[in-house]
Amino acid sequence: MKIPLLAFNDKGIYCQQADVYLDPWKPVKNAIITHGHADHSRWGNQNYITHHTNIPIIRHRLGEINVTGKEWGETFVINNVKFSLHPAGHIIGSSQIRVEHKGEVWVFTGDYKTEDDGISVPYEVVKCDTFITECTFGLPAFNWTPQAEVITEINNWWAENKADGKTSILFGYSLGKAQRLLKYLDTDIGTIYTHGAIENMTNVLRPMVDFPPTTLVTRETKKEDLLGNIVLAPPSAHGSIWIRKMTPFVTGSASGWMAFRGARRRRAIDKGFVLSDHCDWFSLLDSIKATGAEKIICTHGYTDIFSKYLRELGYDARTEKTQYEGEAAEMEKEVETEKEIQQ
Amino acid sequence: MKNFAQLIKTLDSSNKTNVKVDALTTYFKNASPEDKVWTIAILSHRRPPRPVNTTLLRIWANELANIPLWLFEESYHIVGDLAETIALIIPTTKEHSDKSLTEYLQEIIALKKKSDIEKKKYLHENWLALNYYERFVFTKLITGSLRIGVSQKLMTRALSKAEDVDEDALAYKLMGNWDPNTITFQELILDEKSSDYLSKPYPFYLAYPIEGEVDNLGNPEDWSVEHKWDGIRSQTIIRESEIYVWSRGEELVTDKYPEFQSFVGLIPNGTVIDAEILAFPEGEIGTFNDLQTRIGRKTISASLLEKVPVILKAYDILEWEGQDIRNLPYSERRLLLEQLYDSIKDKIKSFQLSERVLLHSWEDVTAERMRAREMKSEGLMIKRNDSTYQVGRKKGDWWKWKIEPLVIDAVLTYAMRGHGRRSNLFTDYTFALWQTNEKEEKELVTFAKAYSGLTDAEFRKVDDFIKKNTLERFGPVRSVTPKLVFEIGFEGIALSKRHKSGVATRFPRILRWRQDKKIEDANSIEDLKSMIS
Repeated sequence: MKIPLLAFNDKGIYCQQADVYLDPWKPVKNAIITHGHADHSRWGNQNYITHHTNIPIIRHRLGEINVTGKEWGETFVINNVKFSLHPAGHIIGSSQIRVEHKGEVWVFTGDYKTEDDGISVPYEVVKCDTFITECTFGLPAFNWTPQAEVITEINNWWAENKADGKTSILFGYSLGKAQRLLKYLDTDIGTIYTHGAIENMTNVLRPMVDFPPTTLVTRETKKEDLLGNIVLAPPSAHGSIWIRKMTPFVTGSASGWMAFRGARRRRAIDKGFVLSDHCDWFSLLDSIKATGAEKIICTHGYTDIFSKYLRELGYDARTEKTQYEGEAAEMEKEVETEKEIQQ
Repeated sequence: MKNFAQLIKTLDSSNKTNVKVDALTTYFKNASPEDKVWTIAILSHRRPPRPVNTTLLRIWANELANIPLWLFEESYHIVGDLAETIALIIPTTKEHSDKSLTEYLQEIIALKKKSDIEKKKYLHENWLALNYYERFVFTKLITGSLRIGVSQKLMTRALSKAEDVDEDALAYKLMGNWDPNTITFQELILDEKSSDYLSKPYPFYLAYPIEGEVDNLGNPEDWSVEHKWDGIRSQTIIRESEIYVWSRGEELVTDKYPEFQSFVGLIPNGTVIDAEILAFPEGEIGTFNDLQTRIGRKTISASLLEKVPVILKAYDILEWEGQDIRNLPYSERRLLLEQLYDSIKDKIKSFQLSERVLLHSWEDVTAERMRAREMKSEGLMIKRNDSTYQVGRKKGDWWKWKIEPLVIDAVLTYAMRGHGRRSNLFTDYTFALWQTNEKEEKELVTFAKAYSGLTDAEFRKVDDFIKKNTLERFGPVRSVTPKLVFEIGFEGIALSKRHKSGVATRFPRILRWRQDKKIEDANSIEDLKSMIS
C-alpha cells in the first residue's frame, strides 16, 4: 500500500518522505509549526520551521529554540517534498502548511478563520487534493456576526459601564484575541489597562502591528484609577483575587463559545461577545469548497458530526485523532494562560 | 416584543438580584398594561398552551436552515435547548417585525386551532422577521419554558416598586387561577378584590434550612417542633361549599384527590388549611414513591384509590370563619386547628394533624430528629410560637432541620449533556453499583441518576474525562469507561419493580467525588438494599 504523504501517529502529523512533523505534540527532530498557541507549538523539538512573524511569538513562549523563518509562499524542499506556508488568518503569524510530492498536494490548516481581522494576514485559499482542517465550530449553530458590529457592541458596553461608574474587565486569550480586541478599543472612552500575560505578549507584537497604548496593572495601580476604564485579562484571571480588588466592575468575554447562553452563564460572566478566531459553519464549508479538495480530514472540534455532514455532501471525509484542543478549546487555553501568569 | 426580548436578555445575562429587579422595574414602568399582564403571566409560569408540538417545530425550523434533520438533532444535543438551537440555526434577515408581546401571544393562542400549513407559514414568517434574541424568546413562548432565574418573589418585588403596591398584597393577588388573555391589569393588580376570590390560595410560607447549631435558636420554650413530612405541600380551601386543593407549585390538584371531597360540610366554609398530602397505604404513612403513583395520573381508578389512599396532614390554618388569620401568632392558629381537628377527627379519616412534639430542651429536639426515618419524615420543622404566617421564603421564624442523607459510593457509567447553564458539558450522570450475577460474576447495575452536587470546576474535569473515555454513543448519551467513583446521597429508599436495580432512591445527588477510591471500592446493590428499614 502506498504510504500517505501525511500520516497521523502518536507524535503528530508526520511526513515520512521528508521526516518532518507538522505541529507535533511530542518532541521530534524537525517540526513545521502553524502558529504560536500552546497546543500547536510545543516545547522540545530540535528544529522548528515557521513563518518569520511567528518566531518572536514562539521564542517568547518557548525560550531559546533552533528556529528557521520562512516567507509566505516561499517553497522549501526537504528530500524532494515541497513545503510552503500560506496565511491562515487565525492570529498574527499563523500559517497553513502546503505539502507537495509527486504532483500530490496536501494542506494542513492548523487553526484558521476567513474573516479579515485587520491585524493578521488574511486567510488565503490554497488549492489541494487533501485538506486537513480544524472544525472547532463545525456546527450549524455557529454563525458569526461581522467583526465591526461586535467591536461596536464592545465599545458601547465599555461606554455604558463607564457611565455607571464601573470598571470594564474584558477576557480574551493573551495571544491573539487580546490583541484583536486591543486594536479596536476606542481610546476616546478611556485608558486600556492590561494583565501581565497580555502586556508581555502585546509588547512582543508591537514591532509588527500598530496598537493603542496600554498600561500594565501593577500592585501600585489603585482601583480608583481603573474606574471607567477597561482591563484586558486572560480568561483564567476570572474570579481571581487580582480581579476582585477591582470592584466595582463588570465582566465581559469575547469568544466563539459565547454564542451559547449556557457557556456564558456557566462562567458567571456578565456579558458575552461572540468573537472568534476560528471559522464559523459557513466559512468552514466555503473554504473547503474553495480548495477543490476531494479528501477532507477533520482534526479537532466537532469532528464526527462535521465529517459525517461532509460525506453527505459527497466529500471523502474522515476524522483523525489529534491532541489539538477540540471541544475543550477554551479550557486548555485557560490552562495555557495560567502557565503564562506563573512565568 | 423588542422591549420584552431586551428584558429577558438582561435578566438572563445577570447573576445579580438588584440588576434584575432594576431591569424589571424599568420595564414595568414603561410597558403597556396588556404587555404587563402577559409579562407577569409568563414570569409566573402561566403560558398559553403549546400550539405546535416540538417534532413539527424541529422539522419546520430545519427547513429554513436547510440542513439534514440528524444534524439539527446533533446540534440540539450540544446546544442543550430547543428554542436556542432553532434561533441559532435560522438565518437573520433584514425584515423586522414590530408587533407587541401581547400581539404575539394572542397570535400564539389563535395558532393552536389552525391547520399545520397555516402554522408552518406563521412560524416561518415570524422566525425570519425577528433578530436572533427575539427569535429565541418567541420560540420559548411557543415551547413554553422560559427559565431565566427570575423567581416569582423577585418579579413581585419589582412590580411592587413600579406600581407602588405592597409586596405581600401583590403576592396574594397573583396567586391562583387568572387568565392573562381576559383579565386586565386594572383587575389583576389595582382593584381591591379580584373576581375569582373563591378559589384563591394564600402565598405559601417557606422555611430556610437551619444554620449552625440548633441551640443558637435560644430558649426552646419559644419554639414548636413538628416532623417535616415527605409528600406534597398543599393548601386546601373550603369556601361556599366548594373545596379547592392547591399544590405548592400553584397547581390546582383538587381532582386528583377525591378523598378530600368529603371535607365539604364537615369543615366549615371560610377555612383554609396548610397541610402535606401523604400516601397512606394500609393505614400507614407511605413513601413518596407510593404518592408518585397518584401524582402522574389523569384519572384515578377505584383500585388505585383503594391501594394508595391519601391523607392530609395539617400543619396550619390560614383562614377561619372567612377571616384571614395569617397575622395571628402560630400558637393561636394551632389551637384553632387542633380544635377543628378534634371536632371532626371521628368523621373524616383522611384529615389528620401534624402533631406538635412536646420537647423541653435542644437535646430532646436533636434526639427527635434521629427518629425521623422511623416516623417516615424528612426531619423536623422548628417554628417560633409567636410567628405570623409570612409570604415566601423568609429567615428567622421557621426553620427546617432535615436528617442527614443516606450515602453510598457508586461508579459513573453513563453521561448526558446538561441543559441551560450546563449545556455543552456532560453533567447528567448515571451511577451503578456492584451486583453478583448468576454466573457468579460481579457486574455494575444502574441504580440512580444525578446531576447536581459538583462545583463547576469539578464538572469541567469530569466532562473532560467523559470526552476522553467514551465507549459508545446513544444519541445524547455516552457510556463511559467505569473509572470514577462518587459519593451519592439520597433522602429515602424503597423497593421498586420499575428500576433495574430493584430499588428506587429519593432525591439522589452527588455529595462528592471520591478521587481516593477505585471502582472496586464502590458499594453493592446488597449494601443499598440493607438500608431499607
